[in-house]
Amino acid sequence: MPTDRPASDQLGARLRITGLTKRFRGADAPAVDGVGLDIAPGEFMTFLGPSGSGKTTTLNMIAGLEAVTSGTITMDDKDIAALPAYKRDLGMVFQQYALFPHMTAAKNIAFPLRQRRMARQEIAAKVAEALRLVRLDGLAERLPAQLSGGQQQRVALARAIVFGPRALLMDEPLGALDKKLREELQVEIGRLHRELGATVVFVTHDQEEALALSDRIAIFNHGRIEQVGTAEDLYERPVSRFVATFVGDSNIFDGTLSGDTLTGDGFTLRVPRTGTPGGPAALVVRPERLRIADAPAPDGNALSGTVTDVVYQGAYRRILLEFDGGVPGTVREPVGAADQVRPGDRVHAAWDADAGALVADASHGGHGAAPESATARDDTGGAAMMDGAADAAR
Amino acid sequence: MTALKKLPLRVFGVLVALWLVVPTLVVIPLSFTDRNSFSFPPPGWSLTYYRRFFTDPQWFGALLNSVQLALMVTVVATVLGVAASFALVRSRFAGRGLVNGALMAPMMVPGIIVAIAVYTAFLGWHLVGTVQGYVLAHTILALPFVIVSVTAALRTFDRRLEQAAANLGAGPWATFRQVTLPILLPGIASGAVFAFVTSFDEVVVSLFIQSPSLQTLPVKMFTSVTNEIDPTIGAASSLIVVFTTLLVLIPQLVRRSNAN
Repeated sequence: MPTDRPASDQLGARLRITGLTKRFRGADAPAVDGVGLDIAPGEFMTFLGPSGSGKTTTLNMIAGLEAVTSGTITMDDKDIAALPAYKRDLGMVFQQYALFPHMTAAKNIAFPLRQRRMARQEIAAKVAEALRLVRLDGLAERLPAQLSGGQQQRVALARAIVFGPRALLMDEPLGALDKKLREELQVEIGRLHRELGATVVFVTHDQEEALALSDRIAIFNHGRIEQVGTAEDLYERPVSRFVATFVGDSNIFDGTLSGDTLTGDGFTLRVPRTGTPGGPAALVVRPERLRIADAPAPDGNALSGTVTDVVYQGAYRRILLEFDGGVPGTVREPVGAADQVRPGDRVHAAWDADAGALVADASHGGHGAAPESATARDDTGGAAMMDGAADAAR
Repeated sequence: MTALKKLPLRVFGVLVALWLVVPTLVVIPLSFTDRNSFSFPPPGWSLTYYRRFFTDPQWFGALLNSVQLALMVTVVATVLGVAASFALVRSRFAGRGLVNGALMAPMMVPGIIVAIAVYTAFLGWHLVGTVQGYVLAHTILALPFVIVSVTAALRTFDRRLEQAAANLGAGPWATFRQVTLPILLPGIASGAVFAFVTSFDEVVVSLFIQSPSLQTLPVKMFTSVTNEIDPTIGAASSLIVVFTTLLVLIPQLVRRSNAN
């Protein structure tokens, strides 16, 4: 969390966006629709969402590469929405590196310093330091075409941090790299963030990347933010079906809530007590919360079903089920577990009543499974919970 | 196997190339003749006609005129062509297709038609036989070559580089000068070479707008061929063939050695 940062030297900028909207000409729905977010100084904030969810457009508006249709963007309480990109002093790393192909690595890194009319010796010193910071010393005189993808992205990183911007924007910076390099650079980006103390806004569609790096994550869908919170918030307390399915695997049971029981097609489940009023709702239970049992457990929930598949994944096994009502399920079991179930076995899956999270079912008046898009567009419950999560993180 | 299959194709290619190039090359031995005629092969060798080309004020003056005009046309056509290319590639305006067609027209309309049109217009504007007239007419002819080459470079230009430059603190002019222009330079340079060559060897329009005091080399060569028997034309032709060949080849050779 941002509070345990060396915030005393106030390197990072506070970024605040309110009611940010982008409507592209000719498009029927806005690409970004009233997004609001408060990013603390020095915080590592990730925009996570499927492609086309508005996360990159939001980032581009912060950077000034895309004009704002309406809404405000402030940096340390200064409105920057109307400033041209070159006056915003924000570092940015692009997915395809966007290195200047006619300049060497050193010249690329010196570029922002030259624009700031810095003295020659000072530029040389800062370039050398930036190269050391991204562990590229010795490659200063190479052209981008003579560097590997990972090295190019390091040059892009160095170029984005060399002029000491107080906020760093990254648009899927690891998207073009293979898995091993991606993990290596993830560590590097985390280290740079700690060393520099700058505020980072990081866009990705890769949930593992988001979980590994972020202080907080904003989940984007259809141009809106569904939920903002820590990785744990999103995983343990998703506010919508979309968040539950986008972050991690989950078992989802649709039904009607009354009191602390959810009644669905062929099952009645006990759910965690919340203030939620009765009505259509869904219970989300993560696969590792479920265990395989022979008989219904005395307390908590248990549903009977048939094993359809068992997937060995090293440290754990995923057991795929079909519950008797036809709802698909997943149980994640440590590999040491005694019972070896096989496809076709009749089993019970059991979990504690407080192990799941209740999400509002957005299909207004409808029962059963809501279409994904309808859930995603839910803004009443989602927005209310989002504000709560944002406040908690402050 | 494949080399054998490709053999007929190669032979054919070489034949076509020879057919195109040999007639042009015949002029080179001819230019070293020691006779006052065009007999081929030349019975004896000398540099007489090269000496005459560089000392006769008519020939050498025409060469100087051509070089000066071609340099001016290169500058004007390149600047205008780059500006037009940006407008054509990067903006959407009503009548864009029409403007594009109009700019490219000189490439497709027969030279004689352009020449008559230019002559008629220039008579009224008092531009016949003037430097301005030559530059204007040749620029119109050279523009399509610059535009073709620069728009091609501009279409493959990655605009995120400009976004990156802006993000790093470069204003629009600094971005253009430090990022866009250097990356487009090969395309602009080859457009400029074509503009130079277009003006340098243009004959039809130049014939119409010439004056006794302002004649270009191709015009001088044309009148020489039609009115007199003067083997200096051989020296002039050989020089032009060698010069324009080098002009077109050098950028390619430079690029190839850079790639290696």
